[in-house]
Amino acid sequence: MQKGVARQIFAALPHLYQRDNNIEVTQKDLEKQVEISPREYRRYGRHLIIPEVGMEGQRKLKAARVLVIGTGGLGAPSSLYLAAAGVGTLGLIDFDVVDETNLHRQILYTEKDVGKSKVMTAKARLLEANPNIKINTYEERLTSENALEIFREYDIIVDGTDNFPTRYLTNDACVMLGKPNVYASIFRFEGQVTVFDANRGPCYRCLYPKPPPPGLVPSCAEGGVLGVLPGLIGLIQATETIKLILGKGDPLIGRLLVFDALGMKFEELRIRKNPKCPLCSPNPGITALIDYEQFCGIGEKDRLSREVASVTPKILKEEMSNGKKITLIDVREPHEYEIARIEGAKLLPLGELPERVNELDTADELVMYCHTGARSARATQFLRGLGFRKVRNLEGGIDAWSIEVDPSVPRY
Amino acid sequence: MVRILIPTALRQYVANSSPEVVIKAETVNEAISKLTRENQKLARHILDEQGKLRNFVNIFLNDEDIRALDGEDTKVSDSDTIRIVPAIAGGEVPSKALRRYFCKRA
Repeated sequence: MQKGVARQIFAALPHLYQRDNNIEVTQKDLEKQVEISPREYRRYGRHLIIPEVGMEGQRKLKAARVLVIGTGGLGAPSSLYLAAAGVGTLGLIDFDVVDETNLHRQILYTEKDVGKSKVMTAKARLLEANPNIKINTYEERLTSENALEIFREYDIIVDGTDNFPTRYLTNDACVMLGKPNVYASIFRFEGQVTVFDANRGPCYRCLYPKPPPPGLVPSCAEGGVLGVLPGLIGLIQATETIKLILGKGDPLIGRLLVFDALGMKFEELRIRKNPKCPLCSPNPGITALIDYEQFCGIGEKDRLSREVASVTPKILKEEMSNGKKITLIDVREPHEYEIARIEGAKLLPLGELPERVNELDTADELVMYCHTGARSARATQFLRGLGFRKVRNLEGGIDAWSIEVDPSVPRY
Repeated sequence: MVRILIPTALRQYVANSSPEVVIKAETVNEAISKLTRENQKLARHILDEQGKLRNFVNIFLNDEDIRALDGEDTKVSDSDTIRIVPAIAGGEVPSKALRRYFCKRA
């Protein structure tokens, strides 16, 4: 981006930049910087007649540059509404392709998009919704190497990611650049939303200095998510983003909103800046981006997974066909067992394994499996630690078994 | 009696997957100790080997973080609600990259 252009937009939203608070933008300045066409007057008519938005607000929206990280459950609804509202520049970052299991909640995509690039599909859909805006796509993984460079081009970052490494990376990069981070996360029927802005309140590390070790908090892949939940939560993110751009209302800074869809309750919790925060306190210990996968224990898990003895679905099938006596142990939850199972498998959920280990015989040839192979890798490792020698993990879990061996087993 | 609200992500580790548990306690520490003694599976998830709260688990008394009060020694009274708020990551299903870390074939 040219320097002059960046500066021009920068000056349109001085309230977002604490260090530039002394810049006063008059209505005339904004008018000069951001032009609203006659067609746009009509499109945004219902915005223009709200005193809190008006022409000035609509110009601010058009001047704003918002980066949406992850175009999945949260990013799909938030980007759709931000585009419709007239946010002038939207950045979309995601390296994934559309999968069938996305469609129950990621409303930007349709059946015909399965297998296609998420950001490219999203871009086309958003431009259909509003051709007056600009969309930048980043079909890549957000890393410590590219984060600062990408974030610099935007005023506000919307965090719609699905994993701890990217959450910490997003938080750290936002604090280092002084950008607000509109945060949300979801699980089953529950969502958390807040705005982290280290200039005015806490950051993610003030709340959670360190991530949980892998396996201690169940992920949505294991636990599932109600399709409408990311819609609700994503739209709260979009609402907060628009308020930040307009500089109106009370932003969700220093307040963690916890939503429970089953009880249909919103609770507001007060969150504070940690005076000893390793990142946003006056004397931070962290001054540069780090290796977030290692920080979240994922490198370690990777190593352990590789070390765990495993068997591919095809080889397992061969062994079984050759008459080898194999005891299959399914470590998923009972409701997953209901959806699909490999014939003859014994159900023994991972959480119950320590107390039910006496049901297994060290003399048997054991093969552990789960949905995609992660939980059963932990189970295999656990049993090996107890002295089981003939235990292996089914690589790729029942999902891979369905693809490679038995398509009659439903995938979910 | 103080009410302890269990977050969705941890309900599976509590008897009957209860969304809330009512316990008689004078302090936050006593409430959490009783709760984890009665629910051993939950203990593994929110306490470390030394029996201290893990640092990805925050405890709120009503709407206030106990770190802004007297920590685990914070006194509780009958009308109070203790809320356990763990860090949750989703998003949704882990991205393919993350799944690859756990499982080469996903």
